Amino acid sequence: MAAANEENGAAPSGGERAVLEVSHVSKVYELEGVTVDALCDMSLRIRQGEMVSIMGPSGSGKSTLMHIIGLLDRPTTGKVVIEGEDASDLSPNQLAQLRNKRIGFVFQAFNLLSRTSALANVELPLVYSGVTGSKRAKIAREALERVGLGNRLGHFSSQLSGGQQQRVAIARALVTEPSIVLADEPTGNLDSRSGVEVMAILQQLNAEGITVVLVTHDANVARHAQRIVEISDGRIVREEDVEGRRSAKDELAAMPSPVEAAAEGVSAK
Amino acid sequence: MNFAESFRIAMRALAANKARSFLTMLGVIIGVAAVILLVSIGSGVQSSITSQIEGLGSNLLFVFPGQLEGGRGGPGGGGGLTKRFTLEDAKLLRNRLQGASFVAPAAAGAVTARFENRTAKGQLIASDENIEQVGTYKIATGRWYRRSEVDGAARVVQLGSAVTDQLFPNTNPIGKEVSVNGQRFRVIATMQKIGGGFGGSQDTVVYMPVTTAQRLTGSTDIAEIIVKVTRSEDVNQVRAQIKRLFKPRFGAEFTVFSQEQTLSLLGNLLGTLTVMLAGIAGISLVVGGIGIMNIMLVSVSERTREIGIRKAVGARTYDILSQFIIEAVMLSVTGGLVGIAIGAGGAAALKSVVPTEVTWWSVALAFFFAAAVGVFFGAYPAYRASKLDPIVALRYE
Repeated sequence: MAAANEENGAAPSGGERAVLEVSHVSKVYELEGVTVDALCDMSLRIRQGEMVSIMGPSGSGKSTLMHIIGLLDRPTTGKVVIEGEDASDLSPNQLAQLRNKRIGFVFQAFNLLSRTSALANVELPLVYSGVTGSKRAKIAREALERVGLGNRLGHFSSQLSGGQQQRVAIARALVTEPSIVLADEPTGNLDSRSGVEVMAILQQLNAEGITVVLVTHDANVARHAQRIVEISDGRIVREEDVEGRRSAKDELAAMPSPVEAAAEGVSAK
Repeated sequence: MNFAESFRIAMRALAANKARSFLTMLGVIIGVAAVILLVSIGSGVQSSITSQIEGLGSNLLFVFPGQLEGGRGGPGGGGGLTKRFTLEDAKLLRNRLQGASFVAPAAAGAVTARFENRTAKGQLIASDENIEQVGTYKIATGRWYRRSEVDGAARVVQLGSAVTDQLFPNTNPIGKEVSVNGQRFRVIATMQKIGGGFGGSQDTVVYMPVTTAQRLTGSTDIAEIIVKVTRSEDVNQVRAQIKRLFKPRFGAEFTVFSQEQTLSLLGNLLGTLTVMLAGIAGISLVVGGIGIMNIMLVSVSERTREIGIRKAVGARTYDILSQFIIEAVMLSVTGGLVGIAIGAGGAAALKSVVPTEVTWWSVALAFFFAAAVGVFFGAYPAYRASKLDPIVALRYE
């Protein structure tokens, strides 16, 4: 923990503005009378334009941290500040509005609405931020074009492959121009090629200036980020800049052609 | 998020499960249609009977043999135990009553009228010349029988419009000779069409002087005595006079009924009946509402993940609450509108059999009750949905 704090203390010297700051956050759950410390006095800074991996095995407190960063949950003690706004004591409704404005989610299970078109899925966050009509459709269409699905606007999620569904989810995460895109095991449910494609899109978005937080247990996936924060037992055990960062685009180029890969993907399933 | 947006989301969800939405609505449709149909029959019958009685004119008192108010048999229903009225009793009232403009005896029976080879069955209505003033029965062509014809028991008849149509399809009946129960009568008038009342047409009727009718049937009885009070404020005073005059002759075995009493009695009876029918139909509406609640609860647990997704991307408690409430209200209101259409259509279709009258209050009541059912039974499932924790909802399989 001492190491983590030192790291944290050193971070501001980078000079870059913090999008999100988690300071001395603890989360205690009470399950049938037994208290469980999911997070212990954790502090973390995420800088504007950064791509960070939060890595750890299951049960490490990684999910709890993701929920707190994603404003889905509140810490028991400590502070969460996003874009200068303290989110620690907000009501569920205020958190919902802040999530809408600041956070774009990409989930392992895609979490798209079924029996709903790709376009309508991408429009969803805009529905709750009050954007209406043709403006909303335009923003959503542009987001889908950005992830290479400009020709799949009217397709239902059930008509799309896993990789395409995850790209729809990424487009949905982008439409409100959030401060952070929070990707929770985004490649977990995908075949390797689709996974690399999704990572390529996330890296591309990051290159365009979007802050990406990647939550994963997979060190290979984590190495696509600039920085890895490793968590164990509710504490940060290591925080390091990635040397030899992986480029999904290069990996993709080295892979067999999409047709062969698609056949492989089918047989793999 | 505004209302239109919640509405659109709710509509999309309902359209995604068309069969289920329809079956859920069916409960409300049946409930609302039943309320409207039954209430329309109730009020149709009520207003049909009321208008028939009101047509008898105001300020009228009806004197029947038998004790109606004591509950021992209806008018003339004493089963022979009750002493019947005769023309003498009518004459007594005519001579002694103060404040009455006329006293008319009335007799009734079934007759068969014949002209050449045509036959018509009809009701006999017999009275004296004063019956004209009751105002219910109006001459189409010809004239009413006169006092001299009553006194002389003249063989003259007036034919109701249905009887006229049957016996004289092409010719003018005035002055023609018809046979009534085998005796020859001269037609002096045809009557205006009254229309089908509840329980048979009022136009298959033959009118004649009461004295003639007594001779025809060989009886000296009369069914009732109609008294017209000159001023409406004297009705109770005249009633007391009648009671005083008849007490020595009939004891308690007679009834004086005012038109107002008849109306309020029937009104109470039919009103109670209508409310009862509406109540029974209302139960099915409540059952329909429980159906809505049931399906909404299923829908909420089925869509837990959807709720989680919506909350994650920024839906507030209110957004989820309104989405599910609107869904429930859409089910009940659409069901209500379809039910109103079916109920009103059914009422129109039944009109030839039973008088029906679709009242605005039953439509309004059924509609608002249906909407309220949607809000009430949709509120709990919607509340449950809105309170879901997004983390839990997202993990839900």
